Amino acid sequence: MKILVVDDEQDVKTLFEQRFRKEIKNNEIEFVFAFSGEDALVYLNRLEHEAVLILSDINMPGMSGLELLKHIKQKYHKPPPVVMMITAYGDAENFNTAKELGADDFLTKPVDFTLLKEKLKINN
Amino acid sequence: MLFQPILALIILRYLRKSLRTAGLLPKWDRLFMVGMAIFILLIVLSSSVKESRVIVTWAGHTLLLALICLIFYKKEFRSAKRVVNAVLPVVLAYLIEDLVKLIDPGFHKTWQNYFDAAETFGFIWMAAMLYLNNKQQKVLEKERLKNEEKEKEYKITETLKAALEVQVIERTAELTLQKEELQQTLDELKSTQSQLIQSEKMASLGELTAGIAHEIQNPLNFVNNFSEVNTELIAEMRSAIEKGNMDEAKVLANDISDNEQKINHHGKRADAIVKGMLQHSRSSSGIKEPTDINALADEYLRLAYHGLRAKDKSFNAAMKTGFDQSIGNINIIPQDMGRVILNLITNAFYVVDEKKKLNIPGYEPTVTVSTKKINSKVEIRVKDNGNGIPQKVLDKIFQPFFTTKPTGKGTGLGLSMSYDIVTKGHGGELKVETKEGNGAEFIIILPV
Repeated sequence: MKILVVDDEQDVKTLFEQRFRKEIKNNEIEFVFAFSGEDALVYLNRLEHEAVLILSDINMPGMSGLELLKHIKQKYHKPPPVVMMITAYGDAENFNTAKELGADDFLTKPVDFTLLKEKLKINN
Repeated sequence: MLFQPILALIILRYLRKSLRTAGLLPKWDRLFMVGMAIFILLIVLSSSVKESRVIVTWAGHTLLLALICLIFYKKEFRSAKRVVNAVLPVVLAYLIEDLVKLIDPGFHKTWQNYFDAAETFGFIWMAAMLYLNNKQQKVLEKERLKNEEKEKEYKITETLKAALEVQVIERTAELTLQKEELQQTLDELKSTQSQLIQSEKMASLGELTAGIAHEIQNPLNFVNNFSEVNTELIAEMRSAIEKGNMDEAKVLANDISDNEQKINHHGKRADAIVKGMLQHSRSSSGIKEPTDINALADEYLRLAYHGLRAKDKSFNAAMKTGFDQSIGNINIIPQDMGRVILNLITNAFYVVDEKKKLNIPGYEPTVTVSTKKINSKVEIRVKDNGNGIPQKVLDKIFQPFFTTKPTGKGTGLGLSMSYDIVTKGHGGELKVETKEGNGAEFIIILPV
């Protein structure tokens, strides 16, 4: 499973690589990281079918996670990637907007990795 | 002869009158009364008893001369001197004639006409002198009246002056009261101003709070996550050691060490943010200290961005930075300059967001913060691609309480305070370059 993680924090990469080191080692999950919505779109344009999961941070400078979600759900139909939204603000407004735009799941910061792993296995 | 006593009576009467006006009469009045009685007695005596005439004549002469001498010697009678001057020739003429008549009646008879002429001349002299004297007296009297008038006027003036003085005191008191009231109002205004400055600061802090929460949340998440990962890694390392897999253990130890550095880095980051917040809310120390202007600008850019995001979920803008790393530390008052930068950035975000609401196709709201060292100066530029500032607004943007924001959205103090901080506080310049429709660029120029 290929997962695209979008976040403006560089250390998210290290964190995910460490948290999922067993899964990475066992080739269960392959991570790709983008540090802005724009980067993510570039990646998706290049490797359309490989991205399966986008853990997007809603709160990002430039293109926000919600805008990215809108782009993905409107333009990348085949197959529609699963998009999981992560935000520091777990408020109803963001949640509803994300749901309306077609987000498949919703996580709040700080990310509960145990929960995330479970969700990923279900999605698998 | 009745001439001398009558003359003496006239002189005495005159003296009494003039002394009364001078207020000196009581001392002399009795003497005058006695003198007058004597002269009247002499007159009565000479007219009733013919034989007494010689005595009366000489007594009259003597007393009259005594009176004249008295007038000449006593200062109090100075005013009567003129009268004496008038009568003296005729008195002396009579005295001399009487003396001559007594000593040599023959001679007197021969020269009778001359004596008569001298006496006549004396009378004329007396009349002329008295006339002149009288005239002069009148003039003096007039003058006296005039003086009295003046005195009266003076008194009126004095009364008026006193009244005016009272008025002046009253007015002064009124003015003092007014001055105190104004001073009080001024003090109130000053305290209101400092309250406004404080609330402006707090308002910008409020905008920051959510941003700060987000900014602290992120590093704290990393701290928690990496420390959790390390716990796992340590357990793994332990089991690797127990299995004797030392290579594996070394790799794990390196990972733990790297993570430890991450924990430390993010802990420090959170610490710096909290410190920055405290610094912002604290009243300015007013002391310049070496500050990394790039770090300060970057920190406030992020804080402002997240602060606005927290307030308005739909807000979004691209942040671009261009920092000149050769600047190093510069001497500024960090709290104050932080406020200026925050204010400029918040304004920039506000205008790009306003333009975004117009739904112009292809518009990407962007705020750029950059620094540059130019000779002995450092330039900090905050640029937006909003709608720019119209010329008629441009002239007023640094005035206190001027704002284009809707009521309640802006205090109108941000730019005016920023201007004061840059120019007065740091001896720098705050300029703006703008083109309507194409955004604005605020430039802080600080001497190094």
